[in-house]
Amino acid sequence: MIPVVFGVILVVMVLLDNTPGDPARQLLGDNAEEWEIEEMHKQMELDKPVLYRYGKFVWNLLHGDLGISYFTKSPVWGNIVLRFPYTLLIVTLSMVLAMLIGIPIGVYAATHQYNWKDNASIFLSLFCVSMPNFWFALILVNIFAQKLRWLPPLGIDTWKSWILPTVSLAIGYAASLARQTRSSMLEQIRQDYVVTARAKGQTERKVIYKHALKNALIPIITIVGSTFGMSLGGAVIAETIFSIPGLGSFTMSALTSRDYPTILGSVFYLATLFSVILLIVDIVYGLVDPRIRSQFIRSKRKQKSSGKSALASADTEA
Amino acid sequence: MKKKKNRGHSAEVWYRLKKNKLAVVGMIVIIIVILVAVLAPVLAPYSYDKQDLMHTFAKPSAEHLLGTDKFGRDNLSRLIYGARSSLSMGLGATVLSCIFGLTLGAIAGYFGGVVDNIIMRFCDLFSCVPYLLMCVVISAILGPSLMNAIIAMSLAHIPGSARLLRASILSVRDMEYIEAAKAIDSPHAHTILKHVIPNAIAPSIVSITMGIGGCILSGATLSFVGLGAQPPLAEWGCMLSEGRSLMRDHMELVLLPGIAIMITVLAFNLFGDGLRDALDPRLKN
Repeated sequence: MIPVVFGVILVVMVLLDNTPGDPARQLLGDNAEEWEIEEMHKQMELDKPVLYRYGKFVWNLLHGDLGISYFTKSPVWGNIVLRFPYTLLIVTLSMVLAMLIGIPIGVYAATHQYNWKDNASIFLSLFCVSMPNFWFALILVNIFAQKLRWLPPLGIDTWKSWILPTVSLAIGYAASLARQTRSSMLEQIRQDYVVTARAKGQTERKVIYKHALKNALIPIITIVGSTFGMSLGGAVIAETIFSIPGLGSFTMSALTSRDYPTILGSVFYLATLFSVILLIVDIVYGLVDPRIRSQFIRSKRKQKSSGKSALASADTEA
Repeated sequence: MKKKKNRGHSAEVWYRLKKNKLAVVGMIVIIIVILVAVLAPVLAPYSYDKQDLMHTFAKPSAEHLLGTDKFGRDNLSRLIYGARSSLSMGLGATVLSCIFGLTLGAIAGYFGGVVDNIIMRFCDLFSCVPYLLMCVVISAILGPSLMNAIIAMSLAHIPGSARLLRASILSVRDMEYIEAAKAIDSPHAHTILKHVIPNAIAPSIVSITMGIGGCILSGATLSFVGLGAQPPLAEWGCMLSEGRSLMRDHMELVLLPGIAIMITVLAFNLFGDGLRDALDPRLKN
């Protein structure tokens, strides 16, 4: 996991090095003399080979230093720490909202399969998956901020300004969660243990929520975990629309101004975070599903399970 | 019943696909959108960048069926031309990522061992960055343009399609017919193309179909933040970002391209869903 993240940094660094665009020119302006730019390159160490700079980046990183921004002259790490809470807050809020909406709808649709309520909720969620998130956000802004004037269109001044970004992000997640929940519930609901539970006279509510849903949780957890990780990096759009000073918009502006230390720092941070979240998802599997836990103990079945889980993870990524 | 038994595999899939009404609707919409994109110069009443500064923000009328935008450009024509750029983004990125992803996946799955390890570690490298961040970073580094956005999206998609094909090849690799092919000394390339891939491609086909819709969405997203198609090119995401600053008074400039994106992506999703059900052997009969 860690070597992979360092590999990503190397790829980004090589890409940055071999594409047009020069931070020194950005910093000094168009009128800068040739020798000034060269001087600046020396100061930024851009005249050194990529591998040297890469080695230095990794060395500094191991000492807890992500470098200093070319433009603001402030430490990158400090900026990330300053901005990350906003991203984390909006992503967490929308994820929680999506779970509160999506999972019940999925369970409801699965238990009422093929009736009009099922069709309606599935079609609605397919609509929500297919529409661009930012488009929905713009419509919400138009209705609630510009026409009705109930909520502020941007900024983070009051709790009210968090409503629009949260809802606009949550709707897409909720829809994909509902779809996933429905299909994995449908699979579970036909299992023998559900028949057993019903036969012994268990209340329908408990059969659905305690027996079936618990078993249907694995793919749902995958979706929740990977979406959470994805959106920590992918909240860029919501952040730019609603002017939230989060990590996404920070990375975005660093990319346009080619602020190398900031780009590398935030890509490193987000990639590490993403990997850690995926690792946590794997650990949570074991906590929810005793079958998976036992596979770690019995190494004989490991071969089989790793093939299966590779297929499952490829499935979710596609 | 007799008839059913005589049908080949692809005919069987086609038969089941035809029975799924939503999938058929999706397919028809996809065909229409493709036709519109191909025939754009014929269908569009005006050019996408023909300005008419006397008639800006015109209401819908006989000359401009959907009105005009801030430069007096015909909205309908821009939507029609937009189908071109948006579809080429979706299709281009998917085709590119398929060429590389499927090749890598097939090689990794078939040969296994060291080759597999190297290819998969390479894929890990690209999949440990969140998808959208990856697209944004690569297309911003390469410089904003339609082509670079396509490259960025296909790069971000390669690991997914490679993994998926590899995983399904792993389940086919040890079958007897592969062993038989090896026994009669069939060349590797022949075995892979004729025996392995046809039997392992089903999950990939579904994900490719869905992937086109997904790429249209993320392509629109990239254009929206200014990293994809550049104005004055008509692209749905680009049109959205142009309409954004004017939406207080002219909401239709935001609504129209958004609806176009949604219908297209929805069609690909419906078709992909139907295809998955049709290809799933567990649902036979």
